[in-house]
Amino acid sequence: MDWMQSLRLVAPEEMLSLAGLVLLVGSAWGQTRQDARAVNWLAVLVLAGAAAMVAPTLCQGIGGDAALAFGGLFSADAFAAFAKLLIFAAAGASLLVAPAFFERHGGYRPEFPVLVLFAVLGMCLMVSSTNLLTLYVGLELNSLAAYVLAAFLKADDRSAEAGLKYFVLGALASGILLFGMSLTYGFTGTIGYDGIAAATSAGLSKGALFGLTFMLAGLAFKISAVPFHMWTPDVYEGAPTPVTTFFASAPKVAALALTMRVVVEAFGGQTAAWQQIVGFAALASIVVGALGAIGQRNVKRLLAYSSINNVGFMLVGLAAASPEGVSAMLVYLAIYVPMTIGGFVAVLMLRDEAGYQLEAISDLAGLSSTRPLIALGLGSVMFSMAGIPFFFGFWGKFVVFQAAVAAGLLPLALIAALGSVIGAFYYLKIVKVMYFDEPAGKATGRSDMIHDWLLAVSALFISPLGWLLTKGLGALAAIAAGVLFAAN
Amino acid sequence: MTDLPILSLMLLVPLLAGVACLLVSAPAARTIALAATLIDFALGVVLWLNFDIGVAQWQFQESHAIFAGFAWKLGIDGIALTLIMLSVFLMPICILASNAIEKRVGEYMAAFLLMETLMIGVFAAQDLYLFYIFFEAGLIPMYLIIGIWGGAERIYASYKFFLYTLLGSIVMLIAMIWMAQAAGTTDIPTLMQYDFPFEAQKWLWLAFFASFAVKMPMWPVHTWLPDAHVQAPTAGSVILAGVLLKMGGYGFIRFSLPMFPEASAHYAWLVFWLSMIAVVVTSLIALVQHDMKKLIAYSSVAHMAIVTIGLFAFNVQGLEGSMIVMLSHGLVSGALFLCVGVIYDRLHTREIDRYGGLAINMPKYALLFMLFTMASIGLPGTSGFVGEFLSLSGIYQVSSWVAFIATTGIILGAAYMLYLYRRVVFGVQKNADAAAMPDLSPREWLMLAPIAAAVLWMGVYPESFLAPMRPDIAALDARLARARPESDAKLTIGAPKPHEEPAHEGGAH
Repeated sequence: MDWMQSLRLVAPEEMLSLAGLVLLVGSAWGQTRQDARAVNWLAVLVLAGAAAMVAPTLCQGIGGDAALAFGGLFSADAFAAFAKLLIFAAAGASLLVAPAFFERHGGYRPEFPVLVLFAVLGMCLMVSSTNLLTLYVGLELNSLAAYVLAAFLKADDRSAEAGLKYFVLGALASGILLFGMSLTYGFTGTIGYDGIAAATSAGLSKGALFGLTFMLAGLAFKISAVPFHMWTPDVYEGAPTPVTTFFASAPKVAALALTMRVVVEAFGGQTAAWQQIVGFAALASIVVGALGAIGQRNVKRLLAYSSINNVGFMLVGLAAASPEGVSAMLVYLAIYVPMTIGGFVAVLMLRDEAGYQLEAISDLAGLSSTRPLIALGLGSVMFSMAGIPFFFGFWGKFVVFQAAVAAGLLPLALIAALGSVIGAFYYLKIVKVMYFDEPAGKATGRSDMIHDWLLAVSALFISPLGWLLTKGLGALAAIAAGVLFAAN
Repeated sequence: MTDLPILSLMLLVPLLAGVACLLVSAPAARTIALAATLIDFALGVVLWLNFDIGVAQWQFQESHAIFAGFAWKLGIDGIALTLIMLSVFLMPICILASNAIEKRVGEYMAAFLLMETLMIGVFAAQDLYLFYIFFEAGLIPMYLIIGIWGGAERIYASYKFFLYTLLGSIVMLIAMIWMAQAAGTTDIPTLMQYDFPFEAQKWLWLAFFASFAVKMPMWPVHTWLPDAHVQAPTAGSVILAGVLLKMGGYGFIRFSLPMFPEASAHYAWLVFWLSMIAVVVTSLIALVQHDMKKLIAYSSVAHMAIVTIGLFAFNVQGLEGSMIVMLSHGLVSGALFLCVGVIYDRLHTREIDRYGGLAINMPKYALLFMLFTMASIGLPGTSGFVGEFLSLSGIYQVSSWVAFIATTGIILGAAYMLYLYRRVVFGVQKNADAAAMPDLSPREWLMLAPIAAAVLWMGVYPESFLAPMRPDIAALDARLARARPESDAKLTIGAPKPHEEPAHEGGAH
């Protein structure tokens, strides 16, 4: 085994863990506001550096044996690189918005960026895993950091509740996942994805099928797909908004990429076994996500349901079980991340006179006349999430439908498309409240410059200008998906 | 002139002006909007003048493969040309008609200019997905126009408009994806020549029908229209009736008929039945309305039914007639909504009973209103007559019963329009405030006179409008020939009588 080669392949992860450890030690000495800000900026720099390190892997389309490290435990291929870039971007954005929020709500602490770094490290392991052990280690590293992040506002009851809820339900899901993994191991005799694929190529035994089902259930919890979505609205609502921004973007990318890896690499020979599970989860998520959002009065809860809904659409691409489907999912993810960050940043910018966060939808009333730019940004996000063309969000849904139709899943595509009409209803509600209603005069507080910029960037991305990216984005996603499918 | 990407330019001018409107003060926004729409109209005139009449299909083509999966591909034929002309002609008038808007003028103008871009885009798109994007994106500005600047029930109306139309077109999207994958191209001209198997055609036709029937709108999915019309501000109603409804008809003539000719013949009975019901039912509903805008909205549904009947007659008269009805209805219903807007701005009510005897204090208004009423009824000499006559003679060749029932719509149309006109303009001046209203202002003259001129032009010399589209209609007719339904008239050509002696001596020609 060539250790140097392996260590070179995991260089971004090494940098993340080293930086995390150094900053952790450093933050023990520096607890002032300036120190926290400095740690925050350093963490953002580390993420940018890591992004620069993985970008070439994606562009060169590296995959197969050349990307395998540590004897096939870890794969630094183009697929993982695509997901990692999204994760770094999402985590970086969440870090950028955090200090301004926490300084108003009880003080910022340098542990926050450190925890985010460790969570990101876990996610990198998840998306690069080619082995059930790497999968589990990555998942737990990410989850443990995430539980703490959810409860980061120690003095706030809702934050503590969110942390506890996330922890208990997350532990349960991990248990289910472990159970599935142990069944899979028991019936295939291996924990490597390629080994599992080889063992199941002739046919799936009952036990292995159970293993697959339990693993998918555990993963469905992590991506908050129906019927394992119940924790999402509560955690999203209770967690501090920058943390919610993080939860809704980076871990979603990681868990979805992980799911793609598991079903395509480990169970790629038994498509029929998981296709219907994924198809059901997709439709259920679309419908439940859309219906659940209708009655919501809290913007963060609404966005939580919206993320469930979006995951449903992405799973439609996975159900297609084709390189086009996976590539469509990656394109969707690449659009979803800026879209969702834009949405939460807009929420972060809603402040009352004293600078405290506003969350009720009724507080948004008449925002278009009091804060026209926030309203324009949030309105774009809403139309984009609803998948109304002209906005770039449509493209994500479009490529997913295209893949589903190409795979012959016409009914699935049709029902999913009709489900998007239900979804459009509540997205329109936000636009209606902001644009049609009389001003409530609540959201009067000033927002921070960094929030303005982030909202502007994400709004530009999902604006029609985004269409110009379709070619590049499509090509990169196709490379990533090709690498994933070339493995089997 | 041909090397200038004039279609892209026509799309770009209102878009940029719309962005500019967001950034400036209200009076400046009005000026910018008016200037941009006039520039677009001028570009439209240039387009028409440079259009090579007599050549079938695609001119001014542009194609840039800047997107993945579809292309920025524009191009027009005579059918699209006339509809684009209608759009750019109505837009400056809409801007002029928006004087009463005082709330958030910049955003209002931006929404209208965006709408103009999208409308032109729908008619000029030559790529399936590009068409869909323009088609669907039009919902956003219209939703905002109805919702922000509309009447009391605007929220309900805007939701209904949005969700109804979205539901229809999302089914079409899935059909489009399937089609593009089956045919291996998204190029509309190629698809218009592509022969899908009959089984597939039937499903695809139904999916497209779901979208276009809602947009058109056809009975029974027309219920969003009266709400949207009544609640929208005047200019919004004009655009809605004038251009947006035409997208449905354009969809039938561009997609359903040429791409699925057999399925169109197969489902023609469905279209006929729905249209026949629409003609009679909505005309009767229009007869009992107390709200002027609602009355005109229901009359739109009836007129659009004449369009669908003509389209599915599968012959040249029917197709040409439908196109002229669409153009004529675009002008006339737009003008009627403007006429309602004129008196609404003075009295702030659309209740018919609140007016009366306007001929005494508003004689000029009464004159123009009379002209548009007559055009709506289809009096010879106005645009309405040409279109309805052609459509009905087209359908008469296919089915005399359908023609018979559709013609009752003309009679009922005369009834409700004349009844409206009598109640509003004739009779005694029973309301003092209505009697005190001043006659048309110069601005209102400027809005209505061009439409009146166009209506008369189209009525007296329709050839100007028929000539550009004639080769395209002929091409479509040739494409439809194989699926043409048999006529129920069973016409047989008798043996000519032998000529015993020439009727005229010497040939006077």
